[in-house]
Amino acid sequence: MSGCRLLWGGSWPVSRWVKWTLALLLGLAVLVWSARGVNLSLRELLRGLPWVADLLSRMLPPNPAFLPRLAKPVLETVQIALWGTLLSMLMALPLCLLAARNLSPHPALYHLMRQALNALRGINEFVFALIFVAAVGLGPFAGVLSLAIHGAGLLGKFYADAIEEIDAGPLEALRATGARPLQVFVFAVLPQVIPAWIAATLYRFEVNLRAATILGMIGAGGIGFELYSSMKLFQYQDTATCVLVILAMVMTADYLSSRLRARVLAG
Amino acid sequence: MISIRGLAKRYGEQPALQGIDLDLAAGELCVVLGPSGAGKSTLLRCINRLVEPDAGEIRINGEPPPASPAALRELRARVGMIFQQHNLVPRLSVLKNVLSGRLARLPLWSSLLQIFPREDIAIAMEALNRVGLAERAEDRADHLSGGQQQRVGIARALAQQPQVLLADEPVASLDPQTARVVLEDLRSAAHDLQIAVLCNLHQVELAREFADRVVGIAAGRVVFDGTPAALDEPALRLIYPGLEPGLHGLAA
Repeated sequence: MSGCRLLWGGSWPVSRWVKWTLALLLGLAVLVWSARGVNLSLRELLRGLPWVADLLSRMLPPNPAFLPRLAKPVLETVQIALWGTLLSMLMALPLCLLAARNLSPHPALYHLMRQALNALRGINEFVFALIFVAAVGLGPFAGVLSLAIHGAGLLGKFYADAIEEIDAGPLEALRATGARPLQVFVFAVLPQVIPAWIAATLYRFEVNLRAATILGMIGAGGIGFELYSSMKLFQYQDTATCVLVILAMVMTADYLSSRLRARVLAG
Repeated sequence: MISIRGLAKRYGEQPALQGIDLDLAAGELCVVLGPSGAGKSTLLRCINRLVEPDAGEIRINGEPPPASPAALRELRARVGMIFQQHNLVPRLSVLKNVLSGRLARLPLWSSLLQIFPREDIAIAMEALNRVGLAERAEDRADHLSGGQQQRVGIARALAQQPQVLLADEPVASLDPQTARVVLEDLRSAAHDLQIAVLCNLHQVELAREFADRVVGIAAGRVVFDGTPAALDEPALRLIYPGLEPGLHGLAA
């Protein structure tokens, strides 16, 4: 069978060309179908542009007088992220030991734990927030709990992956000295995983802070509530102030945390 | 000190050890020679139960094999092990690596907080002194050279104050000069501290130079047991089957 010679020299038989063409057509069909589903339309976007411009003009200039009222929500947002991260860390620690193939006492337990972590990770923090608002009532505590539960799944997976990557040599050496399992963990596992764990936890704090800025929209505390209510009250200049404060807060946290992470990973 | 009777181990269908009988005495550096895959490493790992034997018996000081996890740890505490890749914890200090040899003897909770009794630190420093690295105690383990790291590995094993030392190819990744320093450490540990040292090597000339006794293993069986002086060409051909006459120089 003759085929076409491609630039990098491989010769493709006809059957392969047919397969790729069909796959490409199928892909295109899915994209067109999805575009219909979401009403993708350039015309609608262009028609909406004047309204976007109108809204933006009503947001400018941001209202500086609104700033003092944001101090407390900003702090609350940071506090939600802080405790959400801390609690997810505390929950992830025992789970990750069972979810690391090389430490887990039994393969069945390993698979069970991995699936449990997947489930926690698979459910979005805002879904958890809706549940916790219903359970413990409106306010930042519901936000903390939702970040903690979702984050436990994420950090548990990160921590377990880091344990699976360690050099098994020191582990075997420590076992060979007659050390107890906890001692083996503290002396052979922990020193090898601690930089990766700290980096993952810091990154999780950044993500939690971003999430905490919008948790307020569903009544789970933080600056999101101010953002949401200013829009409901058509106080768009206040909204602009909120957006700028959120931006400043997230950028500061990202900067500090990425510098810390770089230092931890280098050290 | 150690008596091994009828020791057998197979991995799947592959036999690694097929009936090893061996007695080891305190104060003796016994070198195990044999081709790769002959079962040298499995033999060592059966002694401290990193590998569980299929059949046979290993008695250390005449004691029966361990029946519980606690008894196993007690046995391991008395048997030090040195690995080819030293297996130090890279981010810990040299001293902490050596102190980890004391863990089996320390109370659980204080050791988890890395609090060590004065006398255990003294034991660790003495072990470091023995391998000539006491002044590097505070350095991070991964800042040392390969040879130094292997000597820290020896110090960690010595800090256990063991009755038996198992060394699994301890010089395989070292240059010849450093290898001699490491083997000298092992020999002096055997002679000065009256420890039974069992050391796997693949260099015949190093065995001749350092061993008090040589055990040759081929295909999971002991095929030679004698002094280094008795390690002549016929003996080498038993240990390394297929070796051409006159070619034993490849190992010399």
